[in-house]
Formats: sequence, structure tokens, C-alpha cells
Amino acid sequence: MKYVDEFRDGELARGIAARIAAEADPARTYHFMEFCGGHTHAISRYGVKDLLPANVVMVHGPGCPVCVLPVGRIDMAIELALKEKAILATYADTMRVPASGGLSLMKAKAKGADIRMVYSASDALRLARENPGREVVFLAIGFETTTPPTALVVREAAATGVGNFSVFANHVLTPSAIAHILESPEVRDLGTVVIDGFVGPAHVSTVIGSQPYDYFAEEYRKPVVIAGFEPLDVMQAILMLVRQVNEGRYEVENEFTRAVTPAGNEKAKALVASVFELRRAFEWRGLGAVPYSALRLKEEWAAFDAERRFDMPERRVPDPKACECGAILRGVKKPTDCKVFGTVCTPETPIGSCMVSSEGACAAHYTYGRYRDAAPAGATA
Amino acid sequence: MSGVRKGYVRPLDLKRGVVDMSHGSGGRAMAQLVDELFLAAFDNAWLREMNDQARVPMPAGRLVIATDSHVVSPLFFPGGDIGCLSVHGTVNDVAMAGAKPLYLTAGFILEEGYPLADLKRIVDSMAAAARDAGVPIVTGDTKVVEQGKGDGVFINTTGVGVVFEGVDVSGANARPGDAILVSGPMGDHGVAIMSLRENLTFETTIASDTAALHGLVEALVTAVPGVRTLRDPTRGGLATTLNEIARQSGVGMTLRESAIPVRPEVAAACEFLGLDPLYVANEGKLVAIVASGDAPAALAALRGHPLGREAAIVGEVVADANHFVQMETGFGGRRMVDWLAGEQLPRIC
Amino acid sequence: MCLAIPAKVVELRGGEAALVDLGGVRKEISLALVDGVQEGDYVIVHVGYALQKVDSGEAERTLALFAQAGVA
Repeated sequence: MKYVDEFRDGELARGIAARIAAEADPARTYHFMEFCGGHTHAISRYGVKDLLPANVVMVHGPGCPVCVLPVGRIDMAIELALKEKAILATYADTMRVPASGGLSLMKAKAKGADIRMVYSASDALRLARENPGREVVFLAIGFETTTPPTALVVREAAATGVGNFSVFANHVLTPSAIAHILESPEVRDLGTVVIDGFVGPAHVSTVIGSQPYDYFAEEYRKPVVIAGFEPLDVMQAILMLVRQVNEGRYEVENEFTRAVTPAGNEKAKALVASVFELRRAFEWRGLGAVPYSALRLKEEWAAFDAERRFDMPERRVPDPKACECGAILRGVKKPTDCKVFGTVCTPETPIGSCMVSSEGACAAHYTYGRYRDAAPAGATA
Repeated sequence: MSGVRKGYVRPLDLKRGVVDMSHGSGGRAMAQLVDELFLAAFDNAWLREMNDQARVPMPAGRLVIATDSHVVSPLFFPGGDIGCLSVHGTVNDVAMAGAKPLYLTAGFILEEGYPLADLKRIVDSMAAAARDAGVPIVTGDTKVVEQGKGDGVFINTTGVGVVFEGVDVSGANARPGDAILVSGPMGDHGVAIMSLRENLTFETTIASDTAALHGLVEALVTAVPGVRTLRDPTRGGLATTLNEIARQSGVGMTLRESAIPVRPEVAAACEFLGLDPLYVANEGKLVAIVASGDAPAALAALRGHPLGREAAIVGEVVADANHFVQMETGFGGRRMVDWLAGEQLPRIC
Repeated sequence: MCLAIPAKVVELRGGEAALVDLGGVRKEISLALVDGVQEGDYVIVHVGYALQKVDSGEAERTLALFAQAGVA
């Protein structure tokens, strides 16, 4: 597969790994936060950790939109399906997130809620067309990568007069999340979470461009390297970050030049701006209320906004006490620091969202990396 | 002239007819369905006896029994259908005991309204699969459920066989140092099915690999009678099968990603769908674990058979109290190949 | 929500639809978010939509950078 296989080459990986090891200063540790859930998954799936020296440590950030979706919002979605008898169309990733009352979208489906998995926003619109007598609600989640398709289908629904379609908007914004982390007491004042730089998200950046990150580099004096999706991209980005730290630079660099430009995708951005506006605040699981971090439909599209179309009382649900997802999402704790990790909370029986989504730090560690937690006696011959 | 008149029975309308409740009632309609459809296709001495059961001679040696229910949807897919799948699946389950399959049974649960033309296609496919495998379907059953209570057709097949002389194959036999082999590329069947659901098309069609493996097994145990473990990696794929065996045998495993064969198009389809080929179902492949000294002979035996031409040694069994299956990635790092958590859903993230 | 793949546009179909190919697997997707895509171009595809074109020149330069890192 072109543009895929070449970027997974093991030979090149060894070369870059050697370079990182050579250039990383043995007198210090480097902590880099990768923000994109896809990067978390790639790092785990390819075993990138094994190619990094011990003093280069990756901290997993809240770049997984499923992980940061508050339980209350899922409860609201389930209620729509059960109470309003709406067809709820959702991406597969959200199906297993645990909600209140022991439910999840998947379990609610087993109880009779009409919940359908779709691959694309356009599939959700098609469901509306095919079921004119039913209300169809699209559970729209995702960062800036996934928002443009939602904007498109809202416009298309309006243009083609589809009156039974609406969107339950939960789109969130990357820069706000990064700012929130950098503003958090652990990072800013207490220094308990050290972040020396960021690996910037791949596909979010194809849409928003590299420009939005300039602010963080300047204001917080942290280097940002936007990395492509493949493991070689991630390794190269880590090398570039090590160099920036060594040279005392804090710039925005772009490793993913084959798909990211400074301005990004103007057409997509304009489409999003025509349909969505900023919410003043939005609750992120684990981070609390984050200002100007999420989107909702503009007034002119109110007919397609599920929250205005239906009576949907806001549900606020605190995380279970034992769940450390919040701290893990902020990089304050590791999965193994959570008491319920791997015992009560597993991918089969997830308690928190970090374990449900395959990009969540806990799921990634459990599925791909928990052999590292075993005592040396458990290692392979 | 008097006498009891012989009723005129119109033959089944196999072109336009559908299954109805009377076909499951046990009366004349059912007898006709069995006769004109099932018997006509499966035709053998046992079925011709028209009993509710088959009497077969007791074979010498250790008896093997296996059963499988088939609920695949869609019923027809590139490379096969629920019919031949149900024959292959059970033949393979028996064969994986290191056994020669001898007889099959077939139980059908039909949904009211299902077209007879499609049912005939399925039954003919089953008959051909059984004939090609040399394993007769000697008895069966038919039930009909109301419309909406079935998925068209559900099939259960049970198989009976005998373990080959001098062979002791079990999932609990794997030992540290043993070699792990697969008989060919992984993921064909699952991708063939999923692609239909996701409207993917292929330049060269990815077809299900559904096949009867008992001939391949016989070739293998003839060359290596000391085979430790055999299993076909169906639902949950290679990863699930290896984790099962690791747990049963109380061992760990290490795999080499670059050694595991996967067709390029299957790999590409998995990229599209966000799936990992290691967890995708196969219906015509087997996993074999043999003592390390037997590995070359096992590989040669598999490759010498038409269904094993692309066989490969993919890893080894190790000592591990945690029973982890680990893998050296093609990239050079290491990761676990864990149990499948729930149903494998296509990933968007 | 990051899973996206680089695929080759093999056929432009009417109304912003296009057929893309990755390793022999083909799927119809929407080009509504990207202008000026020609047959033969590579695009990044996410949830059924092309998000951006892949710049082949930059791709080559990036691969060269990787190789360089090993040598320097």
C-alpha cells in the first residue's frame, strides 16, 4: 500500500531509533505528550516504546474523542433512542462506552433501543431518507477531523428537505484541550506533570493546519511537532522534538508535510464555520468544564439540532470514584496507577472510557503492552 | 373400477415457492420438502432408508464428535455460502482432533417465507461439499419458524470421526520450545463477509477461504504423528485461537509479525475498516503446533498439499506464567496479541 | 477519530463522488471537502470523505529525511 508500507519500514525505524538514542542527553529525561488517539494506538500497536531510549517517555494525552465524552452525554443519547423512539446513528467506537445504570449504547440496543452503527455521516442521512416516518439522530463526535462531514450532511439535509434528521453535536476542539492541559496546576504550577513538548495530531492538522499551534509554542514555550499517522512519522517527530529541546527551541515544526499545510483545508474550515459556533463551555470527561472547547449548531440550523428539537435535559454524571480516567487523560497518572486497571476494569468490562476506546491509554496498554507489567520471571525465553 | 385413488402431488415449486409453516409440521408437506429437496441432493443409502436416524457400523479406535451451528449473514458470499460452510466447519472440527471424519448430520431451522430457490442453492452447495469431502450427510432434521424469528436459514451440523492411529492432539499439549505454524494467509473469510456489509469492492475479489481440511490434516499427521495441537482459527481469528491454546496448555507464545502471511488486499481491506487481520475469521486454515524438531517436516507436509501451499512457521511456544501471546512487530518493537474484547467492530478511530 | 488512510483516486464519479483504491481495495467516497482532485491523485480518506490531497513530492522528501536520520 503506497504511502503506508514505506512509512512502517523496520529498517528505517532502526536508523531513526539509533539517532534518537545518540542525540538524547543521557543526563535528562524527555517527556513528550502525544495528543492524537491515533498516535497512542500506533505507538502501542507497533511497539514504538521498544525503539526509544529509556529517557524518552511518551505521555498519553486526551486526544481520544470517545474517551473525553462525558457519561451524561451518552445517557442523553440513550434516552433519545429509548424515550423518543428515535433511530440513533453512531460511529462504532461509541457503542461500548459505559453509561449510567449499567447501560451502554450496545446494551441499550439489546434492550430494544434502535441504535445503528454507521461508517459515515452520510449513512446517517441516508437512514433518515429511508425511514421518513421516524426521527433519525446522528450522534456526532470527534475532533476537527470528523466535524466537516457533519457540517456537510446538515447542509445537505437542509438543501434536500429532509425533515426527520438531526444531529446531537459533541464535536470538540484540539487547541482548547492542549491549552487546558498546559494551564492545569499539575503542569503549570506544581510541575508534577512535566511535558517537554507535544506530538501534534495528524489528521486534525490536515484540516486546521499548523498555524493554530503557533500560540502554544510561543505562549508556553513548548515545542510542537505535527506528526503523520504511521510509526515512522511518530519516531521522526520524536527525534525533531529531542532536537528542539536540546537546542532550547520552542517552534511548531511539521513532519507531516505531505498532508498538512500552514492553513490546512480552507474549504473544510469554511464549511464548519458556516454550520457551527463555539459553545461557551463544554464538559470533558476527566478535565471538567473547558471554555470554548466544543461546537454546537448555529441558530439558523436549529431544526437540525437534536438538543433544540427534543426535550433533552442535561445530564451530569460524575465518574465512579475508583476510576482514574480523568488523571490519566491529563497525563497525571499512568494506567497502572489506577487501582481498578486490569482487575475490575478491562476491555471486556470497562469502567471508564480510557478502557473502552482502543485509542484510550488504558485500552492501548492493556491490549498491547501489559506484558511489560509482568515480573521478569514472566518474560519470554 | 374402484380402488383407492392415488393423489396427485404437485412437485415443489423450487423456482418461485417459499418455505411455509407446513414444511415444518411433520406432515406430508414436510415429507415432500425432505424428499424433493434434501434427499434428492444428499442422496445416499442411509437417507434412502427414510428413518429418523442412521445406523452405522462402530468404527475401531477413538471416536470423535463435534457440532457447529451456522448463523452466518449474508447467506451467500464470495467463495461460498452457509451450506458449504456448515459442511466444512464441522468436517474441520473433527479433523482438528487429528481424526478422519466419517459422517455428518444436518439440522435446518428455516424461516417462513424464505425462497425455495435459494434454499435449493444452499442444499446443493452442501451436497457438493459433502461429496467432495467424501463425508456423507446421513441424517437430519427440519424445523420452520415464523417470519421474523429467523435469519432465513440456520444450520447445525454434527460430525463423527475416528482419531488416526498413534495420534494424540489437544489444545493442552503445547510445550515451551514447540513451533507454531499456520497453513496459509490469514483473514480471507472475515474480510469477504465484512466487505459485503461495508460496500467495499475489490480489484480481484477477496473470497472466503472456506474449505474442508481433513485431507491436509491427514497429510500432516502422516508426516508428523507427534503433532501436539491443531485448531482452525475461525471466529476471533488467529489471535483468539492462540490465546485459547496458551491458556489450555499453560504456556506463552512469541510470534513474528513478518512471518504471518496475509494477502495484500486483505491487509488493505483491514486498513479501510480499521480491523486487525489477526482477529479476523478464517474458514479454510489451520494452526499446528509441533515439537521444534518436527517443524521442517510439518512445513513440508503442509506445503505439499494444495490447501497448504503458503504455510509458514510464525512463532514459538515459550514458558510464561501469564500465558501471554506476544509478537515482534514488523516495525521492530514488541506488543501483545491479546484476547478479542467483545465483538470486533470496525474502527473509525 | 483519527483513523484515515491515503488512497488513490481511480475514478471520478458524478456529484463529488469518487472511487478510491488502497492496495487493490476500492470504495466510493466523497470529494466534497477537497477541490481540484484528479484521477491519479492520492487523498487522505476519513469516515468516507477525502480530507486533503497527499503531496507526493513532500512524501518523497519525508522518506528521504527518515533515511538520512539513520545515516547522519
